[in-house]
Amino acid sequence: MAEINLILNAAAIRRALARVAHEIAERNEVSANVVLIGVQRGGVPLAQRLEVLLAGIWGHPVPLGSLDVTMHRDDPERRMNQAIHPTMIPFNITDKTVVLVDDVLFRGRTVRAALDALTDFGRPQRIQLAVLVDRGHRELPIKPDFVGKNVPTSATENVRVTLLERGDAVDAVILEKK
Amino acid sequence: MNWQRHHLLDIESLSAEEITMVHDTARAFREVGSRAIKKVPVLRGKTVINLFVEPSTRTRISFELAAQRLTADVINFSAEASSLKKGETLKDTARNLEALNADIIIIRHSATGAPHFLSRFLNASVINAGDGAHEHPTQALLDTFTIRERKGKIAGLNVTILGDILYSRVARSNIWALLKLGAKVTLCGPPTLVPRVFEKMGCRVTYDVNEAVADADIINLLRIQHERQRKAMFPSLNEYASLFGLNRALLAKAKPDVLIMHPGPINRGVEIDSEIADCERSVILEQVTNGLAVRMAVLFLVSGGKGPQEVAA
Repeated sequence: MAEINLILNAAAIRRALARVAHEIAERNEVSANVVLIGVQRGGVPLAQRLEVLLAGIWGHPVPLGSLDVTMHRDDPERRMNQAIHPTMIPFNITDKTVVLVDDVLFRGRTVRAALDALTDFGRPQRIQLAVLVDRGHRELPIKPDFVGKNVPTSATENVRVTLLERGDAVDAVILEKK
Repeated sequence: MNWQRHHLLDIESLSAEEITMVHDTARAFREVGSRAIKKVPVLRGKTVINLFVEPSTRTRISFELAAQRLTADVINFSAEASSLKKGETLKDTARNLEALNADIIIIRHSATGAPHFLSRFLNASVINAGDGAHEHPTQALLDTFTIRERKGKIAGLNVTILGDILYSRVARSNIWALLKLGAKVTLCGPPTLVPRVFEKMGCRVTYDVNEAVADADIINLLRIQHERQRKAMFPSLNEYASLFGLNRALLAKAKPDVLIMHPGPINRGVEIDSEIADCERSVILEQVTNGLAVRMAVLFLVSGGKGPQEVAA
């Protein structure tokens, strides 16, 4: 039987995202240049929430996109994530500051694929990375700019993020021991 | 669900879930076509061979472009310019292609079952691009994808397939796909080309074209296949056009939101009037665009290894 630990509850997720939003605002003085792109699927609702928070801070809406990295992964033959979700970037990212948003940062392979995918859409001035949870175990030289919570894990553990927007019953981050 | 098939040989053996998964995957790949850079590295380093023993232009080009947009290397192989003319068997030809480390072989052949035959001894993935009058699975996948994108659903829709059913692999694949997805299929055309035996598949067969179009949500027109008809199945093309051709008068009897489809190449003035082919209810060119996305999806799905693998996310 798997052991389950609650890492973040709904209120803690809300506080973490509010802090991340303020850090994004602090880092990027020219707010008009910032766009948010959520990585399918977990990053998309988080990017939407950050957009609401940042729009409140800056007083204007922030362009919001979604990116599916399945086509750019380095392991298609593993049949891991076959379901491809929409990529929608309805704005030009060239010369913008792209804040890439994902739920869990683990080995870094998804972010690498996302960086690769983004170059097909234009040449951003810079790309920053915001994640709700950094669980360590990087296999690539990738470092997040904004972290909701650092969670030390073992490689065999699983970090699961449940979000209301995805049809889950509650907002939560859970650590499952196998 | 997870896609497990190494080959795409026919629609008959696919489940509704598998067909829907191709649609969903195609939707994502269609978006790639709207980008400034229309290429993704899904099949980087893979070799795709178009083995077209029977001539084809549009399907071959669609597969070729699909493979290129996925960054695969593509070789086009036509029967006229190959050793098949010198007496080499299909099996030897295919084995030679595999000896070149081909990962995916797309085959069109005039013989029913040729792709199934290859799949029994090749390690490469085999995709059926049309085998005789048997099946043309990617055409049915793109047709049903186009219907789903336009109508939002397929279950419960009335689909009329009009024309040369007997010789049509497009009709057979479409019938399988539509019935699996819950559509009601009506077949219509000259009795010599629309035998009653299709009723056994679960279709309605009628020879009254007015009745066939009256309640249709989709009219799928099939070309008269001169090249497959070994004897005269109807008196003349002119007579066919006047009895079964889709013209303004016939279209007036259909629902106002009916979709007009055609797998191409269209014969203007035979199965479809020129003005109808270009009208706003026609989705013929949308089928071409969707066909590219569907073939990208199929190439992506079959290339995903031989079976389920336990890999930690």
